[in-house]
Amino acid sequence: MQLTIDIVNDYMIVKLRGELDHHTSEYARKKIDQRYYSNNSANIVLDLRELNFMDSAGIGLIMGRYKNCIDRNGKVSIVSTSPYINRMLKMSGIQKLVDIYQTIEEAIKG
Amino acid sequence: MVRKNNDKNYMRIEFLSKSSNESFARVVVAAFASQLDPTIEELSDIKTAVSEAVTNAIIHGYEYKEGIVVVEATLENNRIDIVVEDFGKGIEDINKAMEPFYTSKPDLERSGMGFTVMETFMDELEVESEVNKGTRVRMSKTFKSLSNKE
Ligand SMILES: Nc1ncnc2c1ncn2[C@@H]1O[C@H](COP(=O)(O)OP(=O)(O)O)[C@@H](O)[C@H]1O
Ligand SMILES: [Mg+2]
Repeated sequence: MQLTIDIVNDYMIVKLRGELDHHTSEYARKKIDQRYYSNNSANIVLDLRELNFMDSAGIGLIMGRYKNCIDRNGKVSIVSTSPYINRMLKMSGIQKLVDIYQTIEEAIKG
Repeated sequence: MVRKNNDKNYMRIEFLSKSSNESFARVVVAAFASQLDPTIEELSDIKTAVSEAVTNAIIHGYEYKEGIVVVEATLENNRIDIVVEDFGKGIEDINKAMEPFYTSKPDLERSGMGFTVMETFMDELEVESEVNKGTRVRMSKTFKSLSNKE
């Protein structure tokens, strides 16, 4: 799992690459939270387009960030184009809480 | 290619309950399953379901203590049967455990979606468990792709 973080205005953009499971989600969570709490951007954009695997640990990771953002009056957005990952998101009902976009630009305009 | 459709094949692996083995287990089962020429989507379903069951064995069954997880798979006709077994703490109330969003470990950011994923992505799911003895998850899926190709 690789993870890169960019800050654009009030958005922390997290790009995830590789496989997101229980094992790798702990690393991702630490990295994201560390940066989120040492920075004042309120919103998080999770770019899942370069993930080639995600199980329910990914749902847990998104839900956790969602809660953190709520505490800061921010929001979480997801960028995803894979039908496989979108099916997982839909199954969990998470798309009722976070918006899903096709590109980062749309997510930031959101 | 001519394939004898009634060939049966079987494999079994066992490994330590380390979270780094989650990807090992799902990749092994997917590689084995590919003998039946499943679609990419069917392979993803298998990988995800195995990942859920193996993760459960590691974090719930053994709660990060060291133990052995067994994964077996059987191929027969165009169907795969998978068993994931641990000898850990077991499940007291299986019906409750299988409810969507139920998790006994919300602190770990578990979503409680593991069994729901297994149920949705596989055709059949059966869970047997005994407290302090362990848990055995059996799931199966019939690949639609094979029949189309022949
Ligand atoms: N192998 C297992 N051993 C013991 N308990 C288990 C096992 N698998 C599942 N459980 C119990 O079932 C609950 C629901 O599992 P699951 O749907 O995968 O959600 P999650 O893993 O997110 O908690 C777990 O929280 C746990 O209490
Ligand atoms: Mg689980």
